[in-house]
Amino acid sequence: MATVDLHTQTDVHHDDHDHEHEHHGNFWTNYIFCQDHKIIAKQFLITGIFWALLGGMLSVLFRLQLGFPEANLEWLRPILGGWITADGKIDTEFYLSLVTMHGTIMVFFVLTAGLSGTFSNFLIPLQVGARDMASGFMNMLSYWFFFLSSVIMFTSLFLSTGPASGGWTIYPPLSALPQAIEGSGLGMTLWLVAMALFIVSSLLGGINYITTIINMRTKGMAFTKMPLTIWAFLFTAIIGVLSFPVLFSAALLLIFDRSFGTSFFLSDIYIGGEALPNQGGSPVLFQHLFWFLGHPEVYIVLLPALGLSSEIIATNSRKPIFGYKAMVGSMLFIAILSFVVWAHHMFVTGMNPFLGSIFTLLTLIIAVPSAVKIFNYVATLWKGNIIFTPAMLFSIGLVSFFLTGGITGIFLGNSAIDIQLHDTYFVVAHFHLVMGSASFFGMMAGVYHWFPKMFGRMMDYKLGQLHFWISFVGVYMVFFPMHYIGIAGFPRRYYSWTNFETFNSFADLNMLVSMAAILTMVAQFIFLFNFFYSIFRGKPAPANPWNSNSLEWTTPRNPQHGNWPGEIPTVYRWPYDYSKPGSKEDFIPQHIPYSETPESNLPHENELIKLEMGEGAIVVESKKH
Amino acid sequence: MTTDFKIVEEPKKPISMHPKKFALWLFIASVVMIFASLTSAYIVRQAEGNWLYFDLPAMFYTTSVVIILSSVSMQLAYWAAKKDQLSKVKNYIVITSILGIAFCVGQVLGWGELVASSVYLVGNPSGSFLYIITGLHAAHLISAIIFVIIVLIPTFRNKVHSGSLAQIEMCTTYWHFLGGLWLYLFVFLILNR
Repeated sequence: MATVDLHTQTDVHHDDHDHEHEHHGNFWTNYIFCQDHKIIAKQFLITGIFWALLGGMLSVLFRLQLGFPEANLEWLRPILGGWITADGKIDTEFYLSLVTMHGTIMVFFVLTAGLSGTFSNFLIPLQVGARDMASGFMNMLSYWFFFLSSVIMFTSLFLSTGPASGGWTIYPPLSALPQAIEGSGLGMTLWLVAMALFIVSSLLGGINYITTIINMRTKGMAFTKMPLTIWAFLFTAIIGVLSFPVLFSAALLLIFDRSFGTSFFLSDIYIGGEALPNQGGSPVLFQHLFWFLGHPEVYIVLLPALGLSSEIIATNSRKPIFGYKAMVGSMLFIAILSFVVWAHHMFVTGMNPFLGSIFTLLTLIIAVPSAVKIFNYVATLWKGNIIFTPAMLFSIGLVSFFLTGGITGIFLGNSAIDIQLHDTYFVVAHFHLVMGSASFFGMMAGVYHWFPKMFGRMMDYKLGQLHFWISFVGVYMVFFPMHYIGIAGFPRRYYSWTNFETFNSFADLNMLVSMAAILTMVAQFIFLFNFFYSIFRGKPAPANPWNSNSLEWTTPRNPQHGNWPGEIPTVYRWPYDYSKPGSKEDFIPQHIPYSETPESNLPHENELIKLEMGEGAIVVESKKH
Repeated sequence: MTTDFKIVEEPKKPISMHPKKFALWLFIASVVMIFASLTSAYIVRQAEGNWLYFDLPAMFYTTSVVIILSSVSMQLAYWAAKKDQLSKVKNYIVITSILGIAFCVGQVLGWGELVASSVYLVGNPSGSFLYIITGLHAAHLISAIIFVIIVLIPTFRNKVHSGSLAQIEMCTTYWHFLGGLWLYLFVFLILNR
């Protein structure tokens, strides 16, 4: 084995020789089929922004229907064509397509690929001190599978039968039978093909992230010295590698039911009085398989946002993160629990009440690590020298949404209360706050914070703050009233309530929600302008604009492929030495050895100086190869 | 290059495995999840009743032996590469790929036996599960055969030797995994008909 290891070592480090000479490629190798993690991250980000815009637009469309059911939408005909009925209303089946595609796009294409894809790719090599990902080629494939998946999903929007419309959870038999709804024809087929490619993309990405974090860390970057972002990406990737294959199984069986006549999920179905031949299937089985991915997916979406905000809150409070180990521990605990709570989405499928109470218990336990995290965020902010950068505002917004949305989770996780609240707007409000808006704000915080590193320029401060305040107020105006609407019993995914006397009462509240949704959507254009304007015309960024400790700020303003022009810095301390007593500056970056900071060292850190002396010998040693 | 590195607090590379081998293990973990989900779906569905009992084709016993033999030859190829016995590497790799193809052919013949005993893909879910599980395993085995063929090319250029083992080692790991996976699936199917 010794010989094997020797060779693999040289294999691993071959990049170190490469970086000496500049990479000159053409446009295609530099920007399109590029293997540099930073470019791939930007590709994910731009694609994610495109999808976010589209997903947001779809939501505005169905909010128009919900808030103004009497309005004449004839003016949308140039865009939507036949989807506007003769009397100027949105077509009822197209409405279902809208909610389905909004969910699919936001959950998978924006908050999974756009968030994890962007920031895992961008930050992992930069923050652990690696030249690039473990396999740049796999990383490139990951993006291009995602791109292909995006193209197919986007194409499905233009089918004459419409895109998939059985809900983003694609429950059979609705999604399995083209007779049930038009969208379950070709639209659903394209949905499944796109998602299969998406799964391949996220597995390629996730495997790369885990491998890079575990095997490619720079000297001294022990697990206990990793920024919380990296911990979050690690757990996210592990959850993804374990849960996406299960969605693949579910999709595979569904494909066979749809196209090859098997009966995994179909049984005893009569259409127009005619019995279908399918016998012996179980639609609840699909829900088990789907939610075994679906619930971990919530944390795939949320954990990266929590990681980003941990870093941003510590930096901008100028304080060490409160309870570093508790933060890591709670993320680990959340990651484990995410696999054993899936059936709380299925309380009303007729499951054994005893099983229901077990899943209730397991679900409510998630409140513990979540509360630890919120407590730690608040304790980090407490008495800090807070700097309200746009990134910081969005991170605080995330904490706020995580709390308000999390509290309603305690209601919904209860199998008895869920009978009343299941599939109402209460659920919609809950997950849009805790998962949708919180993750979205985490993503925005990340963009504002790492924009200088991505593009070498600063985004406009004032526009960022304006974007935050309108979005923050807007999100609460959208989702707070929904709790009331939900408790009143309004079911989600309904086209219209005016047919029911009971549900006539909240028309004004729905109108408010719709107006707030449009306002929030409009505010995103402030961001878009700020983002694209700053890429080209923004103020040039200083090397370390936020006085941050982690390794990415030790790279040049526009890092080339390979990230560091010289040797990769060695890490001597954790990334949260902010406002250390005795220190001249209020931050000490990770690559500063303790021997250079005698004035601020704690007694046990002075002990470590001796070890750093030994470290010098190693540096000489490692220069040989 | 970490020979005289004795500092406990600041290790150079706390865990340093070949990244691609590590990635292969992660890929294996995701394949495990696919089959874990399918076999648990199988159990859940079976517990609901209306389950057609089937006999496993006799051919599956033969293919199980074939896949064990292919694992043995793959391992011998790896050992030969480690000892720089290049001609043996070629022979064993060729034997492994032939046995792999034989396994896939055997699975198809086994499906023929199933059809002869009126177990179809379309019909009672018990048969559907049987075809999907064995078919998906065969699909993975085909990917492994492609992997072996990719290893085969440098073998004939005498590039697989004790100095460059990573590729053949990964191939061996994946091959053994798929062999073990088949044995698990086979025993699972025998026990849960």
